[in-house]
Amino acid sequence: MNFRIISALVMRYLFLYSRSPMRLVELAFWPVVDLVVWGNVTVFIQKNTNPEFGSYVLFFLGGMILWDIMFRAQQGVAISFLEDVWTRNLLNIFVAPVRSSEYISATFIVGMLRILITAVVLSFISWFGYAFNVFQLSWWLIPFFLNLMLFGWSLGMISTALILRWGLAAESLAWAIPFFFQPVVAVFYRVEDMPAWSRPIAWCFPPTYIFEGMRDVMKSGTMNWDYLGYSAGLNILYLALAGWLFVWVLNLTRKRGLLTKFATQ
Amino acid sequence: MPPPPDTREVILEAIELTREFDGVKALDRFSFKLHRGEVLGLLGANGAGKTTAMNCLLGLTLPSSGELNAFGLPLQANRIKILQRANFSSAYTALPGNLLVWQNLLVFARIYGVPNSKKKIAELMEMLEISHLSKRVTGQLSAGESTRVNLVKAFLNDPELLMLDEPTASLDPDIADKVRKVVRKVQRERNIGILYTSHNMRDIEEVCDRVIFLHKGKIVCQGTPADIVAQSSSNNLEDVFIKIARDGELLDEPKKESAV
Repeated sequence: MNFRIISALVMRYLFLYSRSPMRLVELAFWPVVDLVVWGNVTVFIQKNTNPEFGSYVLFFLGGMILWDIMFRAQQGVAISFLEDVWTRNLLNIFVAPVRSSEYISATFIVGMLRILITAVVLSFISWFGYAFNVFQLSWWLIPFFLNLMLFGWSLGMISTALILRWGLAAESLAWAIPFFFQPVVAVFYRVEDMPAWSRPIAWCFPPTYIFEGMRDVMKSGTMNWDYLGYSAGLNILYLALAGWLFVWVLNLTRKRGLLTKFATQ
Repeated sequence: MPPPPDTREVILEAIELTREFDGVKALDRFSFKLHRGEVLGLLGANGAGKTTAMNCLLGLTLPSSGELNAFGLPLQANRIKILQRANFSSAYTALPGNLLVWQNLLVFARIYGVPNSKKKIAELMEMLEISHLSKRVTGQLSAGESTRVNLVKAFLNDPELLMLDEPTASLDPDIADKVRKVVRKVQRERNIGILYTSHNMRDIEEVCDRVIFLHKGKIVCQGTPADIVAQSSSNNLEDVFIKIARDGELLDEPKKESAV
């Protein structure tokens, strides 16, 4: 063992961190997300002294499955884009007669296919392994899936825009962005179990209404239609904002000549 | 006597194209015309501005000022329409390495709306002598094979305008020679206008009808390769290249007579 060589390698990794602020942000980001999510879950469990609470635990599985739907939709967009970056194919696409709307639509469809596969696999495993039948959500599943998919697409477009702007240094955002929202969209606990200051923030995002709705359906078999309306309305707003951001960043990268850096990355 | 004006259709035109990066002009009032059926070489040392010019022409980078037209249409406003009639191949881009060669080509044939795409791909692969690569994984091809696959992609839509960025970079002399011959053959058969960049002066002499030398974003000289060598104080195009790269001009400055 040669300490000089080890120190040189450590130095190489430290240089890497100093050249990539995104890696430093990650050091704090994931622990904070974990802490907030599990802190709120703990509060949720502590507050529920109901003897039937055991059955509520199924909320976690339902939340996890629906969360994954949103996550896969976002990944469908962001990872499809990254596939073109990783394989140095992006310039071939951008110099072909492909409109940005056509490119994004293709990634949406890939996102939808990923959701289908994920939904089928998770439904089977949760049914056979944990006796949790996701179809107890009955027809509500369709608007739940649709709304989560739409928000996933918005996040996918935002991730793609950020990678376009900052290159592969922002690659980790493709995985991190959905988890930025996880603590505040009440995936595993009710909004009322969240800290008071964070509740108004929670209601700004469409998935919150879906996860709250899911718990309502599982508990009482009824769904608050207002939740669906708010979720769909907010989704349209976020899709429009994300689409605008993507086009704006694409034009900016053209203006600044940043697109070409993807040829050699 | 000046050469007679070229009466062929202008398919690509840059007028006073300027591109600045942080106050530095990578292209400085760059103007040129590319005619149908002509191969125009864009030459210059690293940093001379040819890649910036190519990127502006492909719509990847917007110029700071100036005009760009292709097929008589402003490029920016008609990007999709123009790109449908053009194509591009570069030694520095690749088709996705994790797909089979035929899968990659089929994707691009579909993007360009190529009729009878499978037949077209087979014909082009045969012409470039790479039919045997069809079922190979693209990422496992050698540099020469990969270049020829890229060229198949570039010829897929029967482009009227083709931009080739250092197509023979990293190829051995034998493969480079084959690539040059194929490019010239297809270009003549289909009367394609080609914008060609290369650091290989043999490429330029064999393929290009006319060349433009750039230095620090400005045109230093232009003409046929033979004319440029004749105008210069150098013996061949390679020496002209080195002279311009080092001094930024084609001719030696006249020596000042020393005062007696």
